[in-house]
Parts: sequence; structure tokens; C-alpha cells
Amino acid sequence: MSNLALEAINVSKRFGELRALDRVSLKLAKGGIHALLGENGAGKSTLVKCIVGFYTPDEGEVLLGERQQTIANPRDAHDLGIGMVYQHFTLIPNMTVLENLVLARPHLPAVIDWKKERRAIGERMARMPFQLPLDASVNHLAAGEKQKLEIVKQLLLDVKVLILDEPTSVLTPDEADEVLGRIRDMTRESGLSVLIITHKFREVMTYADDVTVLRRGKHAGSARVSDVDVKGLAEMMVGSEFSQTALAREAVAEQPVKLDIAGLSVEDDSGMSAIHALSLKVKAGEIVGIAGVSGNGQRELVEVLAGQRPSAGGEIRVMGEVYAGRRRDLLRHGFHCLPEEPLRNASVARMSVAENLAFRRFDQAPFSVGGFLRRGAMAVAAARAIVDFKVRPPTPDTPIGDLSGGNVQRAILARELGERQGRPMNVLVVANPCFGLDFTAVAEIHGRIMAARNAGAAVLLVSEDLDEILELSDRIHVMSAGRLVYETTPQAAEPIVIGRHMAGHGGENHVH
Amino acid sequence: MIEDPSQWLTVLIAVLGGAIRVGTPFLFVSLGECLTEKSGRINLGLEGNLIMGAMAGYGVAWITGSAWLGVLAAGATGVVLGFIHALLCQQARVNDIAVGIALMILGTGLAFFLGKPLIQPSAPHLPALHLGAWSDNPALRAALEINALFIVGVILAPAMAWFFRSSRWGLAIRTVGESDQAARAMGLNVNGVRMLATMAGGFLAGVGGAFLSLYYPGGWSEGLSSGQGLMAVALVIFARWDPMRCLYASLLFGGAGALGPSLQSVGVTWGYYLFNAAPYVLTLILMIAASSKKVRSGMPGTLAAR
Ligand SMILES: Nc1ncnc2c1ncn2[C@@H]1O[C@H](COP(=O)(O)OP(=O)(O)OP(=O)(O)O)[C@@H](O)[C@H]1O
Ligand SMILES: [Mg+2]
Repeated sequence: MSNLALEAINVSKRFGELRALDRVSLKLAKGGIHALLGENGAGKSTLVKCIVGFYTPDEGEVLLGERQQTIANPRDAHDLGIGMVYQHFTLIPNMTVLENLVLARPHLPAVIDWKKERRAIGERMARMPFQLPLDASVNHLAAGEKQKLEIVKQLLLDVKVLILDEPTSVLTPDEADEVLGRIRDMTRESGLSVLIITHKFREVMTYADDVTVLRRGKHAGSARVSDVDVKGLAEMMVGSEFSQTALAREAVAEQPVKLDIAGLSVEDDSGMSAIHALSLKVKAGEIVGIAGVSGNGQRELVEVLAGQRPSAGGEIRVMGEVYAGRRRDLLRHGFHCLPEEPLRNASVARMSVAENLAFRRFDQAPFSVGGFLRRGAMAVAAARAIVDFKVRPPTPDTPIGDLSGGNVQRAILARELGERQGRPMNVLVVANPCFGLDFTAVAEIHGRIMAARNAGAAVLLVSEDLDEILELSDRIHVMSAGRLVYETTPQAAEPIVIGRHMAGHGGENHVH
Repeated sequence: MIEDPSQWLTVLIAVLGGAIRVGTPFLFVSLGECLTEKSGRINLGLEGNLIMGAMAGYGVAWITGSAWLGVLAAGATGVVLGFIHALLCQQARVNDIAVGIALMILGTGLAFFLGKPLIQPSAPHLPALHLGAWSDNPALRAALEINALFIVGVILAPAMAWFFRSSRWGLAIRTVGESDQAARAMGLNVNGVRMLATMAGGFLAGVGGAFLSLYYPGGWSEGLSSGQGLMAVALVIFARWDPMRCLYASLLFGGAGALGPSLQSVGVTWGYYLFNAAPYVLTLILMIAASSKKVRSGMPGTLAAR
């Protein structure tokens, strides 16, 4: 008897010119957790998509318990007991939890008896690691609940092999511990085998038994987790180029206010009040961090600042002038913004990287002369930005939607933080800038944000990652239920107190 | 103006009867469009299906002597046009709206061309149920003459709602319409599902066309349709992609369309053209109302995303 649940041998996959995977092999032991590590664009998602038949590999094979299997599409994978949770949710938003769970079954009866399904799933749900309300519409679930639903969806199919592509990116550290802890229990109790992609070393060290590292589409190494340390893993990921540079926070003299928000009120999509009379000043050469659990008005705040949502009251001033978030205002005031989920909020997926990079200035020289677009100039500028920000693959004419998650982020950062031809950057608004990024990219982006601050920009950093806020900010605000409820500095901050304010219990407990 | 109050009753009855008569083609086209859009494609070509269906239905009914064979033939032309639409749309970089407009023009032109010999002959009509036989009020009797296709449609609407809710195929269509990614992850053939949904939707629109030539207004002429196929698209949005609401909305549109003729029948002539424009005005009003966010709930995810 083999103790392997699944083995992939010499899997290769090309996308056009790009070799996304080059003869990669991986062995997944029965009843364990196997972590798959690698930089953004290393080919992790591509590998697991080849295993479940979402992509057809160009060469290589997949063995299941020593038998070679042809997995032509995800349904075949289901039949063989392999389930996958994709990096991007595959839930159907306009359907209920129950409908989503039933639909996931590979062989549905021609007619669905909803009463029976509800009873059966309700019973099995009680034994699942997470409980979810069956009748809630998936639209209304928070990100963490959606992730749990994705996992429960696979577990209900009695999978023997569960593949998770960055399941913890959307979770808070506590939620991640809950989810991974439960999953580890399941591997011990029921012999489930798990292959998990993550960027977080902490999770690998705490929960995984084995680890495989990919580097630029190639197998860079495999090991027992007990035999490696974080530094070793990091070196395996990036090769010899690995060097961590610390952030240099330069001292700045007292500076003028560049971003001044006064009494801002904003409504959410359904017309409910999302932000109530919020006031905030950000000075030049200062990073103000906004901490908080997502869904407390942060998204609306960033959208108003980016000009993507009207405000319902109050005033925003940039450099002392009233700011309305129009394209003209953005350019004139040197206002830059990186919203969260840039693929959805700041780019057009089917347009090329070069076109997306030119969005801010496509109608000005040198991109546009006499009313005609100069594609050549755009391509040249894009090629420079791509090198500068290490976007992979380095081809300006790839549709931006085909880039890996982390590379989309880099491309949009290149647009917002990149070359400005002498124009000053006055205000920089960033929301969850490191969502889904590998550690080198995180360090690099933090460095760029700090550099913008040192150069005199007023930076507003909205993030769900408290560590990031503590590391970068000069001042910290906690946002809860549409209000700034607590202010502190990184030096004085106590994570517990911040956590309490994030949870909306700041007022009652004033014991410090 | 109307002096006799009982004439108001006559107008009301006539509008009700008209709602059914004028509303039936709306019902079939909108159910067809609803089915297609649920799968994530918009077929603006249904106006072409409608006119093609009217012509083919009339021709086949005339040749075979059976109105029902005409209805089937009309549906079949719709299937063919739906197939062409789906086939073109699944090519890379082809836009479904543009294909729809092209097919609308193609269908209309082809029907006018092939239909030239059909203007004279008279084909058998579709049967109707005379539910008003008990009454001796002629207006009521006329209004309660319910055509057979309307009854089919009234059964079809809840059946389709059930189909979307509780059948494997219906759920597959909804999934494909909600998210390509989710559908592919489930192993569904996205293009295949969309093709079948577009063909079935085309069938229904074709049947709606047969109603125009084989029941009301009846006969074949180039002015037979007055844009019902296009207005049905607006109607589906108004109905929030729900087959039952398609039924109610069709009756509403039908009633609006019957307003002019009904008023004329009791001697109100002054606003004839104005009242005849009622369905178009209604379309505009509904489109404006539908642009609010609330109405967009229920919109298939892939349509909402673009
Ligand atoms: N459908 C596609 N078409 C073209 N290129 C693709 C496609 N999918 C992925 N790629 C490219 O293949 C490479 C590997 O992508 P993949 O999504 O596997 O990376 P990843 O390791 O999962 O990265 P991340 O951590 O950012 O999710 C990337 O350079 C990406 O741009
Ligand atoms: Mg990935």
C-alpha cells in the first residue's frame, strides 16, 4: 500500500510564450497537510488547476494512489474524490447557501427535491467544522463565511483530497487559525489529505507537515516542515537574490495638511448610511493607518476618495482646495489611489497591461498627440514600469486579467506609484495593498509606500492587517461602524485595545 | 367624450381582453428572452425571430392546413436563428448585442423576402376557448375569447419558474448565467449550456411570432410586428428575470397596447395615436424605473458584471 494520496509527475503548462510550469512534480502524503509555497506568478495556482483538470497540462501525469488517472475536467476530479477551493470564490452570489451546496454535487438528480436536500444537508452540516445559515444569500455573507462555505462545500462531497488555493488571504489571523486548526483535526481523524497554497510562513510552520516550493514555474525544493526554518524556505522561494531591506522612516519636520476630510458622510449601495460625519487630517510626510474589520465603511471611504462614489455630506480638501474626485482633480493635485481588489476596482481585465498602465495619462503627451493615441509610447512606458515593479510575465500586451493575483497588484501599483515625470505626489490612498502578495513583494511595496511618505506625500493606509498598520503608520485610527472610534500611535498602541475598538466594544472598557 | 357610464365598463372589458390578445406575443418573446438571459447572454435578435416565426408559421399553416404545425415551424425557425446567435457569440471577441442586432435585421429582411407570396392566401387560425359563451354581452364575449396559445403561455410561465428553481437543467442555466468561473469549476460546458438556452429561447420567440400571423392581428404583412420583440427585452428587465413576473408584465404591456383600440371602439377618437403609443411610453418609463439599483437585483451575475 502506498502512503501517497496523490502524485503529480513532470507537469508542464505553457500559456503562449510563457512557461508557467516546467516539469513540476509533487507528492501528497495521505492524511497530512502539504503546503505549496512560491512567489506571485510562480505557478502555484496553475499547478493545482492542472491537477483538478481545470487546465489540461501540456505534459505530465497525475497518479492517484499509484494508479494513473486522466482528469479531463473538474467533474472527473470530483468523481475521484479530489475537491478544490479556488483562489477566487466560485460561489454563486445570487443563490442561497443551500443552493450553492446542492449545486456543487457533480451528479445532480434531474429534479431536485429541496425539502429532502435541506434535511440531508442540515443533518450533515451539524457534523461539519463550520456552521452556516442555509437560507442566507451568499451575497450577504462576509468574506470569512464565504471561505468557510467553499470548504464545507467540498467536505460535503466526501473528498479524500482537498486542495485550497490561498484560503487564508481573506481571513483575519484568528479566522485563519480556526479554519486551519479544524482542517488539521480532520486530517488526523478522517485521513483527509490537504494541499494548501499560502504566502504566510507562520501558517506553513504551524499547520503543515510537508512543503513544496515553486520558483518561476520550476520545482525549487520539497521538505518535511520539521526539517526547515523560515529563512530556509524564503531562500528556496526566491533563490540567492534574497535580501531583506528594512524600511527607513525618515524624520520629517512639522508639515502642512495635504488631505483634509471634514464631516464626511457616505451611503452604501443600498442607501444606508455607511460613514457618519468622519473627519480626518493627513499631513505631508505622514502615514495615517486606518485599522478595522472589513465592512465598517472602509471600502466606501476609499471609493469616495477615488471618485467612485458620491458623498452624502461633508467636504474633502486636497492641498487646501475642494476636491471632488474627478479625473482633473486627481491629476492636478497629484492624488494617487490604490483601491482593494484592483482587478475589479482599478483595471479593465480584458485590456492589456500597457493600456491599464496608461489610464491616468492616456490623453496627454506623450501617450496622446493631437488627439491620437500613441501606442508605441504607451508600450515603452509600460515596459519600463514592468521592469521597475517586476511584473510577470514582462509582456505589456498581455490582458491584465491573465496575470496572477499578485502581479495585477504590482501592475496597478506601478501605475499609481511609478514614474510621474516630475509631477509631485501629494496624496496617496492605499487599501489592503498587500492582499495576496508574497513576502518579497510585501517588503518591496511597504518600501515604496514609505518612500512616498519620505518624499512628502500624505499617505492614508486602509488595511485589515494590523501588523501592516503598526509597521507603517505614524498615527493610527480605528474605524468601526462608519466612525473613527480610537486614535493612537504605533509606539503607544496595544493590540488588545485596538482589537476591542475594532470589535466595537471600545466605549465600555476603559481599563488600560 | 364618453357620456354613458356603462361604456367605461365596456372599455375596461375590452382592455382586459386586449391585454390577453396583445400580451400573448409579449409573453412568449419575454419568456424566451428570460431563458436566454438567465444563461448570461442577451439576444436582441428576438424581434427577427418573431417576424420570421410569423412568416414561417403562416406559410406552413397555409400549406399544411394545420395552424399547430405552423406554430411548430415558427418555433423551428427560432431555434435556427438562436443557434446562429449562439454560434457567433461563442467566438472570441464577438459581442452578443451586436450579433443580436445583425440577426434582427437578417430575420426581418429574410421574412419579408420569403413572405412575399403569403400576403394574399389565408391560412387557418389558431383555436380559441369561448369562455364568455354564457353571457349575452357581445363585448364580454369577445373579451373572454381566450386563445389557446395564451393558455399554453400561462402554464409555461410557472413551469419555467419551477424549472429554474428545481431542475438540474434550470440550475445549470442559472449557474452559467451567474458566473463563468463557478460554472467551469463545476465542470459545466458554458458555451454548450448557453447555446441550448438561446435555441430554446429562440423557439419561444418564434412561437410568439406565429401568434401574430395565426391569431391576432392575423394574416401576413410586413407591418405585422410593431417592435414587440425589442420591447420584450425591456420587459424582462422590468420582470427582474422572473418568469411569473414576465407573465404579469406581458399582460400590463398588452393592456397598454389595447388602450387605443378599446377607446376607439366606444367612440373616443381624439387621442387615438397618443393611446397607441402607450406601450412605447410604458417601455420608456419602465426602463427609467429599472435603472435604479433595487430593480437590478435578480439580474444574472454575468450580465450585471459588464
Ligand atoms: N489563463 C492564463 N493565460 C495566460 N497566462 C496565465 C494564465 N493563468 C496564469 N498565467 C500566468 O502564469 C503564471 C503563473 O500564474 P499562477 O496563477 O499559477 O501564479 P501563482 O503562483 O498562483 O501566483 P499568485 O500567488 O499571485 O496567485 C503567471 O505569470 C500568470 O501571469
Ligand atoms: Mg495563485
